[in-house]
Amino acid sequence: MDIIGTVVTGIGVAFLFLGNLGVLRLPDVYNRIQAGTKCTTLGAFLTIIGVGIMEPIWFWKALLIALFVLVTNPISSHAIARASRKSGVSLCKQSVVDKSEDFDDFGENA
Amino acid sequence: MILVVSLLVLVMLLAAIAAFFFKDLMSAVIAACMVSLIASILFYFLQAPDVAMAEASIGAALVTAVFIVAIRRTERYEK
Amino acid sequence: MSETTVLVFLAVICTGIFICFLRMLKGPTASDRAVAVDTMTTTVVALLVFLGFVFQRYVYLDVALVYSLLAFLGLVAIARFLEGGI
Repeated sequence: MDIIGTVVTGIGVAFLFLGNLGVLRLPDVYNRIQAGTKCTTLGAFLTIIGVGIMEPIWFWKALLIALFVLVTNPISSHAIARASRKSGVSLCKQSVVDKSEDFDDFGENA
Repeated sequence: MILVVSLLVLVMLLAAIAAFFFKDLMSAVIAACMVSLIASILFYFLQAPDVAMAEASIGAALVTAVFIVAIRRTERYEK
Repeated sequence: MSETTVLVFLAVICTGIFICFLRMLKGPTASDRAVAVDTMTTTVVALLVFLGFVFQRYVYLDVALVYSLLAFLGLVAIARFLEGGI
């Protein structure tokens, strides 16, 4: 059980580091949101569940924390993406298509 | 372990200095949010989880919201 | 879990925090800095749970619980300000 927990925690830590590296390296706000939220959500989930596997008494509380991370993280990332699109942050040069130009009012009056 | 704590203290100090030097006050508020985030981890390292909990709730949520209301009432960019 | 593994994991997570801080320092717009703080928040929740395991204290998980519930409120406030709400 200890080895399984260590492996799961290690994968989670690796995902956390990759998410943080993506925040530094990617060229655009939206790409950074993509790396920094999806990757980090999976990393935090695996790390917390790995700790819960290593200490079986802690498992339900760890699962509760992981569910809270899983619920609250997309809310903040969606809010930041919407705010940066509305405040006029431009896309990077390599971007191919921007479908959100069709929805300038973001469905508020539609 | 001491190297990890030293790295966190370094990040916290640099974030505080950055919050002092930003001309955009919104960025300064975000840097102050980061300072309280790392102060919470440092309280955690010092075996004080209750102080860390208070720092987390007050520093991350409440102070940021109060600063944002203040910036909304005044102006965003420092002259 | 051996001592060396614990130290390696802590070092990797704290290096990630430092990288997020570099993006917060560099970021051209305020949105970049908000993204850096968002990423750092999730990393810190994972770090708090892992430190609770390292110190072997069950009570320390409460801090991570409160943090994961409350930290996104400040970010949502920042986002509402950036898009012109509040």
